[in-house]
Amino acid sequence: MTTTSAPAPSATEPALDVEGLCVDLNTASGTLRAVDGVSFSVRRGRTLALLGESGCGKSMTALSVVGLLDPAAEVTGGAVRVRGKDTLRMSAAERRKLAGPVLSIVFQDALTALNPVQPVGRQIGEPFRIHRGLSRRQAEEKAVELMTRVGIPEPRQRAKSYPHQFSGGMRQRLLIAMAVALDPDVLIADEPTTALDVTVQAQIMRLLRDLQDERDMAVVLITHDLAVVAQRADDVVVMYAGTVVENGPVHDVFSSPRHPYTRGLLDSVPEDAERGRPLPAVPGSPPELSAVPPGCVFQARCPLVRERCVRERPSLRSTGDGRSAACHFSEELDRA
Amino acid sequence: MVPFLRKRILSSAIPLVCVVLGVFFLARMTGNPVDLYLPLSATAEQRAEFSAAQGFDLSVPAQLWNYLVDAAHLDFGTSLRTGQSATSMVLDAFPVTLQLAGVTMLLAITGAVLIGSLAAYRPNSLVDRVASLLSMTAASIPDFWFAVMGVLVFGVSLAWLPTSGTLGGPEIWVLPIATLLIRPFGVLVQVVRGSMVSALSAPYVKIARSKGATPRRVIFGHALRNAVTPVLTVAGDLTVGLVNGAVIVETIFGWPGIGKLMIDSILQRDFAVLQAAVLLTAVTIFALNIIVDVCHALTDPRVRQAVPA
Repeated sequence: MTTTSAPAPSATEPALDVEGLCVDLNTASGTLRAVDGVSFSVRRGRTLALLGESGCGKSMTALSVVGLLDPAAEVTGGAVRVRGKDTLRMSAAERRKLAGPVLSIVFQDALTALNPVQPVGRQIGEPFRIHRGLSRRQAEEKAVELMTRVGIPEPRQRAKSYPHQFSGGMRQRLLIAMAVALDPDVLIADEPTTALDVTVQAQIMRLLRDLQDERDMAVVLITHDLAVVAQRADDVVVMYAGTVVENGPVHDVFSSPRHPYTRGLLDSVPEDAERGRPLPAVPGSPPELSAVPPGCVFQARCPLVRERCVRERPSLRSTGDGRSAACHFSEELDRA
Repeated sequence: MVPFLRKRILSSAIPLVCVVLGVFFLARMTGNPVDLYLPLSATAEQRAEFSAAQGFDLSVPAQLWNYLVDAAHLDFGTSLRTGQSATSMVLDAFPVTLQLAGVTMLLAITGAVLIGSLAAYRPNSLVDRVASLLSMTAASIPDFWFAVMGVLVFGVSLAWLPTSGTLGGPEIWVLPIATLLIRPFGVLVQVVRGSMVSALSAPYVKIARSKGATPRRVIFGHALRNAVTPVLTVAGDLTVGLVNGAVIVETIFGWPGIGKLMIDSILQRDFAVLQAAVLLTAVTIFALNIIVDVCHALTDPRVRQAVPA
């Protein structure tokens, strides 16, 4: 029961379909391309991970999908389709109708993501006030139910408390409760566990998984944590310098990466590290957005780099079995 | 809240005593009232008689003692000028000033919140630039110049508004309020804009938008209450300024408020009235500060929690 007229997507049709998304950043020194032709799609019940280093454009991608970009950033191309419609071509009012019942987001820093001067119950009940026209009391009732569901002890009393009176893990639960309030088709989780203790991280990831199963949501998980991706995601999109360098089912991508960047990331996990031997790492750092080279974006750090990579940017081409990679020489990695 | 109030009131008492003492001694440095109230031809006996009647023949410490004893009985003496009790003169004048200041601040805060919020919603937009220019101008215009120009243009040339006095309909309020309003309004627009810009860029505003909240709900439901702390502090300060600075506006427009009463009492060496007026103003300022603190506690639960319940 949502206020949008379009039917909920069927099992085969993607709940979220992003195609060729481009985002430009207007800075004092000119316009920079922060996201360059990113495509992915995710069905209900499935989890897609956007994996990459800080600044690779994964958060920017997420914010464009939910329409929360800062004024300095602008979507300049592509499509973001939910329920068969492109949200980028909608009016602000149409998009607001989707925000909550169809698309929802959880941020990493739950202290600043909750309004410090409002009781949490009111904030969690707010989606019901906005989209379902419930009274304040009815919305608070719903909030208490949601707080019970995400495991807040004594939810009725705690609904009247303020964010600073909760621990970090509890605040993250509150944010998740707020995000799933209206049973969205798609939940975007932007580094949902980064600011938390390891034990709490595991609890939060389990809660997200349970809620996803119970509500049949599509989850887009934005993270730089390879372990989280391996445990939690069905598919992975590896991003580098605003572009997708590789995508495919997590198991396949992680067992035989077809892009040297993915390979470098996986090699840098300290599995059999020996004391005294330096840990393997991808040398160098990603290019500045203002200095992304015309050829392959990864050329400066790539062990396979040769003349063609400097001249020509590899397109993301299918390598079979539902996978793609943006490398001229991905076959060499398969053989290695 | 009650212990918090008790503590604030007690901590205000010491500066209040200092104000009372300061005014007592400073007033007596303005000269001897006897010179002013008796004709130049008065004999030494007449002068001594007047001094004795008003208690000016005693030593200054003795005068202070008498003043404090009377003040403790809420008797603030009698006006030299009118023979009325100082208390009744001050209490007659005070509501006039309070009305002016109250209406002014109400208008200034309401207007500044609306315009400042609109400007902050889209920084660097046309609305924002116009609002910034106007508020900067408003905050910089000297009020006495504005008052005189207002009288000249609207009172004399166009003859739309009365130039002074408190008799007549609502039009008598226009020029005094406009004069008092212009600076607080300009300052408050800038403060509201500044703190709204930072509140609107906070993650909780993004979250509110991700729930489908309309711009109005985002601004007034989420951002404003977070942005209000600096606005309250500055508004409190400006109100104090209005109560104090009403002197100019009341003099120009002939409003019989506390500011005009104070100026007249100083010029006439009417010590009892001056002391009573300053004491009441000081008490008002301390009360305003306490009200601002209470407002902070009401709007921000984190402040409330820091106060022992």
